[in-house]
Amino acid sequence: MSVEKSSSLGRDAWLRLRANRMAMISLFILIGITTVSFIGPLISPYAYDQQNLDRVFEGPGKDHIFGTDNLGRDLFARTTYGGRISLAVGLLATLVSLVIGVSYGMFSGYTGGRVDAWMMRAVDVLYALPFTIFVILLMVMFGRNFLLLFLAIGAVEWLTMARITRAQTMNLKRSEFVEAARALGYSHGRILFRHILPNLIGPIIIYATLTVPAVMLLEAVLSFLGLGVQAPMSSWGSLIKEGAEKMDAAPWLLFFPGMFFCLSLFALNFLGDGLRDALDPKSSKD
Amino acid sequence: MCTVLIFHKFHPLIALVGCLCVAWFVQGCSKPSNVETALNENILHFGLGAEPQHLDPHLATSVAAHNILSALLEGLVSEHPETLKPVPGVAQRWEKLEEGKTYLFYLRDNALWSNGDPVTAHDFVYSFRRILNPNLGAQYASMLHPLKNAKLYHEGKKSWEEANVGAEAIDNYTLKITLEHPIPYFLELLNHYSWFPVHRPTLEKFDAFEKMGTPWTKPGNFVSNGPFQLIEHQINSVIAVGKNEGYWDASSVRLEGIRFYPIESVDTEERAYRAGFLHLTQSVSADRIDYLKEKYPDELHFEPYLGTYFYRFNLKSPPFDDLRVRQAFSLAIDRQRLVDKVLKGGQTPANTFTPPGTGGFYPQPQFIHDPKKARRLLDSYLSEKGLERLPPIELTYNTSEGHKKVAEALHGMWNEALGVEIRLFNMEWKVFLSTISKGEFSLARAGWIGDYVDPHTFLHMWRSGEGLNMTGWTNASYDKALKLGETSNSEKERWENFQVCEDLLANDFPVLPLYFYVHLTLRHPTVRGWYPTLLDHHPYKYIYLQKEEAP
Amino acid sequence: MKKFVFSRVLQAVPTLWVIATLTFFMTRYAPGGPFDTEKAIPQEIKVKLESHFGLDRPLFDQYLLYLKNLLRGDLGPSFKYPGWEVSELIATAFPVSLTLGVLSLSIALLIGIPAGIIAALRKNTWLDYLPMSLSMAGICLPTFVLGPLLIYIFSTQLGLFPPLGWYGPADWVLPSFTLGLFYAAYVARLTRAGMLETLQQDYVRTARAKGANPWQVVTRHALRGGLLPVVTYLGPAFAGLISGSFIIESIFFIPGLGKFFVTAAFNRDYTMVLGTVLFYAALIILLNLLVDLLQAWLDPKARQAQ
Repeated sequence: MSVEKSSSLGRDAWLRLRANRMAMISLFILIGITTVSFIGPLISPYAYDQQNLDRVFEGPGKDHIFGTDNLGRDLFARTTYGGRISLAVGLLATLVSLVIGVSYGMFSGYTGGRVDAWMMRAVDVLYALPFTIFVILLMVMFGRNFLLLFLAIGAVEWLTMARITRAQTMNLKRSEFVEAARALGYSHGRILFRHILPNLIGPIIIYATLTVPAVMLLEAVLSFLGLGVQAPMSSWGSLIKEGAEKMDAAPWLLFFPGMFFCLSLFALNFLGDGLRDALDPKSSKD
Repeated sequence: MCTVLIFHKFHPLIALVGCLCVAWFVQGCSKPSNVETALNENILHFGLGAEPQHLDPHLATSVAAHNILSALLEGLVSEHPETLKPVPGVAQRWEKLEEGKTYLFYLRDNALWSNGDPVTAHDFVYSFRRILNPNLGAQYASMLHPLKNAKLYHEGKKSWEEANVGAEAIDNYTLKITLEHPIPYFLELLNHYSWFPVHRPTLEKFDAFEKMGTPWTKPGNFVSNGPFQLIEHQINSVIAVGKNEGYWDASSVRLEGIRFYPIESVDTEERAYRAGFLHLTQSVSADRIDYLKEKYPDELHFEPYLGTYFYRFNLKSPPFDDLRVRQAFSLAIDRQRLVDKVLKGGQTPANTFTPPGTGGFYPQPQFIHDPKKARRLLDSYLSEKGLERLPPIELTYNTSEGHKKVAEALHGMWNEALGVEIRLFNMEWKVFLSTISKGEFSLARAGWIGDYVDPHTFLHMWRSGEGLNMTGWTNASYDKALKLGETSNSEKERWENFQVCEDLLANDFPVLPLYFYVHLTLRHPTVRGWYPTLLDHHPYKYIYLQKEEAP
Repeated sequence: MKKFVFSRVLQAVPTLWVIATLTFFMTRYAPGGPFDTEKAIPQEIKVKLESHFGLDRPLFDQYLLYLKNLLRGDLGPSFKYPGWEVSELIATAFPVSLTLGVLSLSIALLIGIPAGIIAALRKNTWLDYLPMSLSMAGICLPTFVLGPLLIYIFSTQLGLFPPLGWYGPADWVLPSFTLGLFYAAYVARLTRAGMLETLQQDYVRTARAKGANPWQVVTRHALRGGLLPVVTYLGPAFAGLISGSFIIESIFFIPGLGKFFVTAAFNRDYTMVLGTVLFYAALIILLNLLVDLLQAWLDPKARQAQ
């Protein structure tokens, strides 16, 4: 006799995700890239900043599997090292934007009324502030610190997260179980953290997965402006910027970091889509 | 099935889009390049590299501005296209009196402004007075301090008449110049745009004598006395000049016009050149040298340029307050390797601060490579201080791929020879300037291009308290030797004193000279009459375009 | 409706004021000023320069003066290009950026919407994966890679288009495509998502069940709702296009507003920074208003919510 296993919401979502081929491929790609970025610098015989001025602009070969750059540095080492940086920036900046955005949105949505109106008004104003000047100024003032690089990026990305969280919070606030909790005399804090927040996990995860690629692109743009990571450190953004300029003379400089960068963004986007399909019951039909 | 239907409905739309595409292609393919049409039109397409901030010769400060101003205006003297030696400009001859303390310039009577007014000696006096005017705030006003009592007037201590500044118009076409003391390179100085004349009625019309930021420099208002006049100015797009028929030597001018394109991205500029959009570029990226040498061997030019690329120490910031450390850092650098492997532009390693041969001065090479000695010096410092290794050193430079490359290469060299960790900080330009001038740095990148061909333009920087110094280094012997070199009339004595200056720099190491500039440029073979010069000055009236000869 | 528009315009005023104030004090706080130069100008001269531009007065006075001028429509002279007014510079640069933006967005829509529709109709088949994957190329390749890549292929190798400039229609193609492909990817995905959602709606299923022509089902019934996410995205997308076009302008040597903007920030050209920020902000507010109106027209439910 078979006993039916009771399925939770999470388990259902996971099963749906499993069925989505693109999403699973993406997940494996991401795990693969992250692993390579982590162990790459450890297994490489060269340090990422080790110069060899006699072997500049060499194509992929025996000694340097990805080739060398304009100062004879090994591209494999630099690409994998850059992966650590780019992924770290992506994750940490997303985390920052998440923390700020979710707290802001939850507070605003839950409090409602005038406070909410003003808080959202502030968000509208910030939306109208062009991002470039804000980040340039932040980088200029705090740019010396790598840590603050992603604080700056995260500080720009939280707006949409706040809006989404607020909308969801307002919906949930009116739901029955929250009203029941209020009737039972639970404190606001408890309601927020034990009842509302768990229901926000879905949109949060989806949005976070989609913010990481946006952040990584932003970091690349900053590298273009000369505001990214300091030399001789490399990020995928700074590597592809240099590679794009030398495309006709040394295509491997663009190809390898570009491949890593694109695959990661690709995978993150597809994974995000897959998560959205999986966690959002509506689109599960068809 | 839906897909089929969609194509059905959009059929005419697709056809239309298809036609448009074909039209684009045809247009794209058949359009001749700038370089090709220039042979008929006689227009030079010039990569300017940056948008000039001012077209006012008394307010300008940049190379970009010089490139345009030398087309629009002419001073008392002009330059020989190959040697840059002074040749007659507005002045057709001159006399040197009192061993060089006084000059008499005889202006030609057929020099005209582009609106027909004659160019007179009064124009020059007015112009000198304007740039020295304390209220104008001209950055290059100090170029005119050699004039007698000019400094007094410029600092607001006396009025022009009271000071009796050494520029006097004897009559309409005779100008008498009196100097504070004889200057051997005085005539060369006159080719700097700060000495150029401006058209008085125009400036008075726009009330521009004491005010900056007036529209007198816009096309339609600008009145010029040089081979060209200003036709068009679109910021970030193009500055176009056309032949000035009223110029006294217009018959020698073969170009019909010049179009200057302020392309800032060096990669975009290279693409523009390769597509035939430009005749010449302002610069070339060091990383592209090998590739371009191969593909465009006859068009890539390495021209010596009067400039020194160096790093400044901050003597107030440990460990650079100790001579041994500074010396160690200098000895640890293999300048030859830097130049050969990293820069690859045929630059020469800088073993002195002044480029050898400047004006005839050949300083003794003193900044050498000796990593073993460097290590010993550093060890001696470390053991005295009881340290195992140096704390990390901050290296500051302004954002640029070129500077980054040099900084990274040096970082490698210092790491290898001295085991010291260098932290690189790039800052965008304004922050960089502000940081350096406030002394908030340890080791910072710097460069200096000579304004005129004489060692003085380089050595005056390290005078005590000089604005450009910024290292905190003061040395009374240096100041004394510099002064003697400035004022002496004997070349032998001048060189001896300048050598003393160089010796002091090489003993105290307030700065780290790295290499002497080379001007890297791509230039199309159809451009003729263009000669490499130390100041990268190319008088336009000798330039012409001619088709390449068939081999 | 008129009331709606009017109230939004009224709301715009305090928003712009806050932005002006924020930007004013932010730019002043950053280190480095417009007159920091390499030749380290003597103090007296720097003082003269600063007084000419009124920078020597107390900060708050400068702020009030700026606001006063702003109300008269005077954005002030540029610090970096003396002799030129900020409004003059914006007036020459904005049409360029606008053209670039409109062309790019058109390309994005022309490519993205059909791709998204096809993908939605043929979900989970190769007709879904292929366009979505191709459009991914637009998302994951930054413009400073896509641009030079397109230039290399279509200009350097094939010689079909000029590699830079903004002088004629031939110059418009590559920059617009570079920017457009980037947004096409997002448009395609949003269209696909929107269409998928709408196609599930009861009224669409009913129409299908009734045997309506499938083509009509798409255009008459599903499209309106399906395009809603795209429309919502249009406002910020267009604003982002115009303000983020700096990279394209640098690569293709286009004299647009993005270039002025970033140059002004790097040069501490205070008036230019303020002028462009305010201009962009006003533009964004206007675009958001138009987008909201468009949304209301497309979705009756949203109209009700006003």
